Amino acid sequence: MNVGDERLDRVVSGVLRSGVLLSAALVLAGGLGFLVSHRHDIPNYRTFHAEPAPLSSIHGVARGAFGLHPLYIIQLGLLILIATPVVRVFTCAAGFAFERDWTYAIVSLIVLALLIAGVGFGL
Amino acid sequence: MLLFSALVFAAATAAGFIGSLTGLGGGVVITPVLALLFHVDLRYAMGASLVSVIATSSGAASAYVREGFSNVRIGLFLEIATTTGAIVGAVIATHTPTGALSIIMGVVLLFSAYSSTRSHEDHVETTADPLALRFRLNGEFPADGRTQRYTVQRVKAGFSMMFGAGVTSGLLGIGSGALKVIAMDRLMRIPFKVSTATSNFMIGVTAAASAGVYLRRGWIVPDVTMPVILGVLAGSLLGARWLSGAPVRILRLLFAVVVGALAIEMIYGGVTGKL
Repeated sequence: MNVGDERLDRVVSGVLRSGVLLSAALVLAGGLGFLVSHRHDIPNYRTFHAEPAPLSSIHGVARGAFGLHPLYIIQLGLLILIATPVVRVFTCAAGFAFERDWTYAIVSLIVLALLIAGVGFGL
Repeated sequence: MLLFSALVFAAATAAGFIGSLTGLGGGVVITPVLALLFHVDLRYAMGASLVSVIATSSGAASAYVREGFSNVRIGLFLEIATTTGAIVGAVIATHTPTGALSIIMGVVLLFSAYSSTRSHEDHVETTADPLALRFRLNGEFPADGRTQRYTVQRVKAGFSMMFGAGVTSGLLGIGSGALKVIAMDRLMRIPFKVSTATSNFMIGVTAAASAGVYLRRGWIVPDVTMPVILGVLAGSLLGARWLSGAPVRILRLLFAVVVGALAIEMIYGGVTGKL
């Protein structure tokens, strides 16, 4: 392991930490808003009905969150959490390219492509 | 709704706390607890579990990476196998009846309860797999103030097993850290500390690959997932603080018993068609 690797490790660690913190803050804020307005609802998650389409797409969640709907703010937090490892892999790809370690820049890009394909396969 | 969220939060905190103390990851118990105790549909439970797995992995990995235990190259290289497997697993999951999923989950839970009680020993070998040299997987880690070098064996077998770990992760909405550690520790002969740290690092990426599928299928519900991830995060932070001096052996055994009991309930629920 060389000095460049250690610097990359620190950047990766920072990416992970800030992703989790930002996500937790959004989920907490949205969660409090949701509980205040729905505190008397009876929870029933026994039967499955797929989420309404806007909550299952990145575009729909972003629009709802800008409208300050609590459920959409929570969902935005969850999306940021899911995106955190993706950003991490992207950071690795950039870091390895910067070190001219082409083998691992390509390995990182393959993983990144697979992650992006995962969203497409949900159709 | 307040009571439901508070109870789920408390259960998730306990799972995250014990998970980080024992190093087993609390994610594996989230789905059975939600499905059996809180009567949440298995698909919603799996969605919440998958997201909580990403939360604990990213939280813990940020610490591990800085301590120098995890090997970023091994992690990335094997992630090609785990992410491919995870997408395959998640697509299979969306076409599988929940009864079958809960039986498979029960079996995997029984296996992790069993493997968590076994002890580990490191084997240091001096020769490396040519593929490990080609991909520069061999590395070093801090041990007793010195740096300990290690070599990597059986890269192809490890890579194949990682594909299996990925399928399991996507199929059941878990991190499948136990399988990843076995692939690295037993097959590839990577030191146990490096294996667990690297596995933790990989879990988030693997889970993110299937999260896209779960999201598009409407399995990730904000109101169920909210108390789960907040609880798991709080619990694992507490666990990390309290790590020194904890009776880890007793906790491991206790955890294994709880996981075993949940496993049998899941299989029973699946066979009788209740889940």
